[in-house]
Amino acid sequence: MPFIPHTEEDVAEMLASIGAKSIDELFDEIPAELKTGKLTQVPVGLSEMEISRLMHGRAQKDGFYLSFIGAGAYEHHIPAAVWQITTRGEFYSSYTPYQAEASQGTLQLLYEYQTMMASLNGMDVSNASLYDGASALAEAALMAVRQHRTSRRILIPQTVHPIYRSVTRTIVRNQNIEVVEIPFDPATGQVAIDKLDQFAQEEFAALVIPQPNFFGVLEQVDALTDWAHGKQSLAIAVVNPTSLAMLKPPGEWGQRGADIAVGEGQPLGIPLSSGGPYFGFMACKQELVRQMPGRIIGRTTDLEGKEGFALTLQAREQHIRRSKATSNICTNQGLMVTAATIYMSLIGPEGLYRVAAQSHANTLALVEQLEKLPGVKKVFGSPFFHEAALQLSVPADKVLNSLKAQGVLGGVLLENYYPDLKNTLLVCATETKTAEDIGKYVEMLRLALAASA
Amino acid sequence: MLIFEHSRKNRRNYSQAPSTRPAKNNIPDNLKRKTAPLLPEVSEMDTVRHYTRLSQKNFSIDTEFYPLGSCTMKYNPRACNSLAMLPQFLSRHPLAPEDTGQGFLACMYELQEILKDVTGMSAVSLTSMAGAQGELIGITMIRAYHEARGDTERTEIIIPDAAHGTNPATAVMCGYKVIEIPTDRDGDVDMEALKAAVGPRTAGLMLTNPSTLGVFEKKVAEMSRIVHEAGGLLYYDGANLNAVLGKVKPGDMGFDVIHMNLHKTFSTPHGGGGPGAAPVGVADCLLPYLPIPIVAYEQGVYRWLTEKDRPQSIGRLSAHMGNAGVLLRAYIYVRLLGAEGMFRISEYATLNANYLMAELRKLGFEIAYPNRRASHEFIVTMKEIKDKTGVTAMNLAKRLLDKGFHAPTTYFPLLVPECLLIEPAETESKETLDRFVVAMKEILDEIATQPDMVKSAPHDMPLRKIDDVKAARELDLVWNPAG
Repeated sequence: MPFIPHTEEDVAEMLASIGAKSIDELFDEIPAELKTGKLTQVPVGLSEMEISRLMHGRAQKDGFYLSFIGAGAYEHHIPAAVWQITTRGEFYSSYTPYQAEASQGTLQLLYEYQTMMASLNGMDVSNASLYDGASALAEAALMAVRQHRTSRRILIPQTVHPIYRSVTRTIVRNQNIEVVEIPFDPATGQVAIDKLDQFAQEEFAALVIPQPNFFGVLEQVDALTDWAHGKQSLAIAVVNPTSLAMLKPPGEWGQRGADIAVGEGQPLGIPLSSGGPYFGFMACKQELVRQMPGRIIGRTTDLEGKEGFALTLQAREQHIRRSKATSNICTNQGLMVTAATIYMSLIGPEGLYRVAAQSHANTLALVEQLEKLPGVKKVFGSPFFHEAALQLSVPADKVLNSLKAQGVLGGVLLENYYPDLKNTLLVCATETKTAEDIGKYVEMLRLALAASA
Repeated sequence: MLIFEHSRKNRRNYSQAPSTRPAKNNIPDNLKRKTAPLLPEVSEMDTVRHYTRLSQKNFSIDTEFYPLGSCTMKYNPRACNSLAMLPQFLSRHPLAPEDTGQGFLACMYELQEILKDVTGMSAVSLTSMAGAQGELIGITMIRAYHEARGDTERTEIIIPDAAHGTNPATAVMCGYKVIEIPTDRDGDVDMEALKAAVGPRTAGLMLTNPSTLGVFEKKVAEMSRIVHEAGGLLYYDGANLNAVLGKVKPGDMGFDVIHMNLHKTFSTPHGGGGPGAAPVGVADCLLPYLPIPIVAYEQGVYRWLTEKDRPQSIGRLSAHMGNAGVLLRAYIYVRLLGAEGMFRISEYATLNANYLMAELRKLGFEIAYPNRRASHEFIVTMKEIKDKTGVTAMNLAKRLLDKGFHAPTTYFPLLVPECLLIEPAETESKETLDRFVVAMKEILDEIATQPDMVKSAPHDMPLRKIDDVKAARELDLVWNPAG
């Protein structure tokens, strides 16, 4: 029996100890009319060799592509040691560290992670992770409303990832929290600061500020943060963790710094794998720590004064407070955080800077070369980090299809999310792209444009 | 020693990152970072040693028996991990076109179909990233259902007192008032209290079956009738699905919406606290509200159903499609076990639990619900022992660590005093269970002869008992180089 070690003798001895005649008898409290037991859609079991062949076949069918897609999930080099250590059974098959003395490995790692994440964001504290970037933004919105007390409205610019906005709406709507969107300036691709005036007289619990924004564009974060604080709203930063090696961290934005920083942790050593598992991060100012959702680890001592680590501030959590908890979240994304912590340790501050700077430089090079092609136009005039929007003079979906046929994924169609941005690609070239890769993309696009013209 | 304490300025791993700082940099000065983040500067070998050593300070399924009640700590087959980590699966971008991911999507579609079958539900969405998120989705759908009918007076969710803390926390997150109902002496929901609680304000009932008390709610069909007649819907918390898999389907018990914790029943790794995956299944009445994306199979092609296909959907809960890699592991696990393996999961999990319960009872431990069969877990209460000796459930738990066993769940469910919730899972052998019984016997003897030693456990772990009061009072959440 797969993964069940019992011999017939074992079963007989165990049933004798219980005083039951058969295993079936152990289910005698289930009313007979409820028992079903017929499964029609579950195939017969496979051996490891058979499932291995099946999965290798499916993987090969999907194959490999040279990808210039970003839009919230980024291909970066992951050092070999990251997943070799992360998948050690002691990390992989342990659970939430409720028994601190038997979980010091996970607990210390999470404390180290909190330290790294807080510093990367320029914040005082960090939690031990949330599900993903999108749900982290939703949790930040709920946290801001709890903190603000009088307003149940959140301002979110349309330059925030469209799916993050959608997820946030799904989650906060239940609590009658209103999401108000701010349009962007079509010339700069930034939050239209002049459009903020219309909200001057209204009360909001928070303003969300993306950096870089969904278009890759850098926002005027200082002005936005100060504007939020000027009207007693919290400033919630949504940031890319790789970019923080180069960019001013949320804690230093404006006069007082953003209050909460969240984002998608995937760029820190997590494979793309069709969208998950990733992890969301959340860091904040000290005075907000008791409003933070999720697990938090503290350093303390044992009976004899030796340094140790434990889950702390559990009075915020569902398993203690039940209906009065800050969130219903229970598990976080522990294993992903394990990988991210090892990634950040291996790569260090200079390594992360170089990953960021090379991704920035590669995208600059890609955009510069593509812009020279007839029929390609950069959409926004502002500086960008490692993504940019490019408008084509021909139907962009056809161009993407012809690139795909050559093994190149040429970006995301922005029209899917912004109906006004016709035939516009969002492209990204991280440090994983060589000069030859970029050259290949440029040549393929030149041919595709020529063919459609 | 913390990783930061191994750090030396300008020590670098030259193979891991680009070899130089590129010349091109268009970031405006006012947006540049001025001081480097506090990341360690350590060699690859020191990093590997540090985290390998940390891993060795953990208990895990791979190293110890881990009978953590309500968590289903079963063996995580290695094939599930290695095949889910094939490079093509890992490198696939979530926004890559569907035709470049037909192999992956085939696995997801088949997993949806399999989960529908084993739960008896009409449709399944895989998007939920954890049990608590599955609950949030389920209750949000219940809300959408009532709202769509213009039934806006339903403001209450009924939850038994034995429920996981996530249940009431979820109901509140969804804007509902929680009505808690008690449990009767045998561990079943108090039916009179349920009847008194339902009414025109009832949006739904959240139920775990078998319950967290380790017993099957025998009157579930009647409960279903009572709640439905009052116009409410039934939510099934699938935390304990492992106990009845293949024996009884939540759909047949009358549930309208369920979540299943794949990190429990389908053996995906717990990973030190996530990532989980908790697909949600619905009956016909909630079909339109199911969260997107969902995988469809049409004319030989797999594709995502989105907002366009499902205009009434409650929407999205994750940036992409949830924890895809976890779902792949669950898919591989189901295919390894097959239809016959589904039944065996619940049969042997139940056998192990009832055997362990019988053996511990013979030692003199008090079983909280002695007249009931154990499901895949059961409760020992230490109340009498504590009254006589002062030794608590937590003391016993810590002493078990000394003996090389992870502790059972302690102090949950909240309604049983000094409780240990013990769940052995089907993958443990009789010898392991017998060794655990021996350890419990030794501790019972120690309680009689040297209770103070048990009270001050653990003794043989790398650390003595951790001071978590100090952890909360003198908050130290990040390392500060200045000390």
